[in-house]
Amino acid sequence: MERTQYKQEINMTEALMTRINELISHYPEGKQKSALLPVLHEVQDAHNDWLSIELQDKVAEILSIKPVEVYEVVSFYTMFNRRPVGKYMFEFCQTSPCCLNGVEDLMDYTCEKLGVKVGEPTADGLFEVRGVECLGACGYAPMMQLGDFYKEHLTKEKVDQLIDDCKNNTIILHDK
Amino acid sequence: MSQKILLDKVNIPGIKTYEVYRANGGYASVEKALKTLTPDEVVEEVKTSGLRGRGGAGFPAGMKWSFIDKKSGKPRHLVCNADESEPGTFKDRYLMEYIPHLLIEGMITSSYALGANLSYIYIRGEYMWVYKILERAIAEAKAAGWLGKNILGTGYDLDLYVQIGGGAYICGEETALIESLEGKRGNPRIKPPFPAVSGLWANPTVVNNVETIAAVPWIVNNSGADYAKIGIGRSTGTKLISASGNIKNPGVYEIDLGLSVYEFMNSDEYLGGMSSDRPLKAFVPGGSSVPILPANLIYKTANGEDRLMTYESLSDGGFATGSMLGSGGFIVYDDTACIVRNTWNFSRFYHHESCGQCSPCREGTGWLEKVLHRIENGHGREEDIELLLSIQSKIEGNTICPLGDAASWPVAAAIRHFRDEFEYHIRFPEKIKNRNHFVVEPFESVKHFIVKENV
Repeated sequence: MERTQYKQEINMTEALMTRINELISHYPEGKQKSALLPVLHEVQDAHNDWLSIELQDKVAEILSIKPVEVYEVVSFYTMFNRRPVGKYMFEFCQTSPCCLNGVEDLMDYTCEKLGVKVGEPTADGLFEVRGVECLGACGYAPMMQLGDFYKEHLTKEKVDQLIDDCKNNTIILHDK
Repeated sequence: MSQKILLDKVNIPGIKTYEVYRANGGYASVEKALKTLTPDEVVEEVKTSGLRGRGGAGFPAGMKWSFIDKKSGKPRHLVCNADESEPGTFKDRYLMEYIPHLLIEGMITSSYALGANLSYIYIRGEYMWVYKILERAIAEAKAAGWLGKNILGTGYDLDLYVQIGGGAYICGEETALIESLEGKRGNPRIKPPFPAVSGLWANPTVVNNVETIAAVPWIVNNSGADYAKIGIGRSTGTKLISASGNIKNPGVYEIDLGLSVYEFMNSDEYLGGMSSDRPLKAFVPGGSSVPILPANLIYKTANGEDRLMTYESLSDGGFATGSMLGSGGFIVYDDTACIVRNTWNFSRFYHHESCGQCSPCREGTGWLEKVLHRIENGHGREEDIELLLSIQSKIEGNTICPLGDAASWPVAAAIRHFRDEFEYHIRFPEKIKNRNHFVVEPFESVKHFIVKENV
């Protein structure tokens, strides 16, 4: 199968490096590898929510670990993306309690409205719909994660509103 | 009315902030422990309290603490397991989001008891905004002198940090959590050695659930004996239950252990009964891993005794007619729910979350999902039910960590109590084409087709 090569511009800003060094300081001398997951989150957030191989190599260099130690972690955890993703990722929880509250119908509705299938970004790269496993909001179902936040007690009207807010750029994705 | 130990202050305006929390008696347990008690005395209080691990396994917390290796002289660590991801469970998030300082207070008092000078809270990656809440709360506590060097002038030092995960259910297993905290994939370790001897960076480590640690301040402020007075038998104290599904009032509740399931389900103080006028069909009392029970075994045990919200009563009858309290993830199903679809849903979850280390789990969870998927979608075969039982029995007990068991139990329980529903799916594929098949026509109303055939 042919694999698309994606290019990513790497920009390790001073603010990002300060945060990375702060995270490394949370662990004893020589245990900087422990900072890998938090560092990956920060780096990913600052790079359009995905991590190219080059960017992963950069993280390995910063933490003085082998590149493969980063690759194996990035490929294990579902929150790290190895390809460009929609700017607004609608990650619907599709585990049992959310299903009891109609999340499957809501996902169909959202996909139809955006004209996409689950897991493929819209042509303009703005939206992507994903089904994920239990997000720990079962009592507030149906729900989704959008950036760092949860959107709960969803209805079709609320999904419509969220899509509009995203288009109007009035959604806060990250809590900085 | 149950006593509130964890959530008594949660409705005070501004309790998220250090000032309000402190003004309402917050951090008193740190003062009391550090100034008037030895670490061993704190451990003794927790032992006396009978507090059991609230993450799901229910192991006595004080006993777990007493196993920590003090002889080796290695640094010790307390790690809080905030990787809450058991389907149906959302209680720890509630505590951390609305009263973060309670967890931090518990971490300080508990770290002191264990002689730990460097402790961590490991929180699931999806709770990103809660991670930020905890980071801010830790900074506040540090600024006020509750963390750092020479706390309260007692000579005790403690650094506390939050570590964020990356979206992996398996990291809720304590050794996988430790691996993840070391910056690795979340592959569980073979035990022994147990973390109490060789945990984080091979140092003695105790891993406790958020709710367990949050109960420690009350125990220290009052006494272990007072805590043990709440509850019944070996189920002492209060428990957070997160309730979801087809009920009127979903949410997080703090109950005295020993409350009857009937009262919890039906009283207006708690779940308020079913969300619609549909009858109760089944429930899962402790998160997706524990056996599902049918309506006739929910309020009464097989012996006809009242079923209570305790570790013992919920597991009464073993797996034949009982279940488990687990993490307190209480999921309720009415008669429009399809047990086959629900079981497939859980199996997909476990297949997705298996770390891939042990073959029975890596392969078996996939097979379970595949077979359940074909039954649910009208392609089931008569022999599939036995096949499912055979697969699940070969996963159970044959893996390094309990994820294998957690994946196999719900399948066995669903077949044990709802076998006719599986048969219906296999024999009448045209009737289950729509995914909402039992919403249109509840199983009770079509069940007679099966009965006729079996006669």
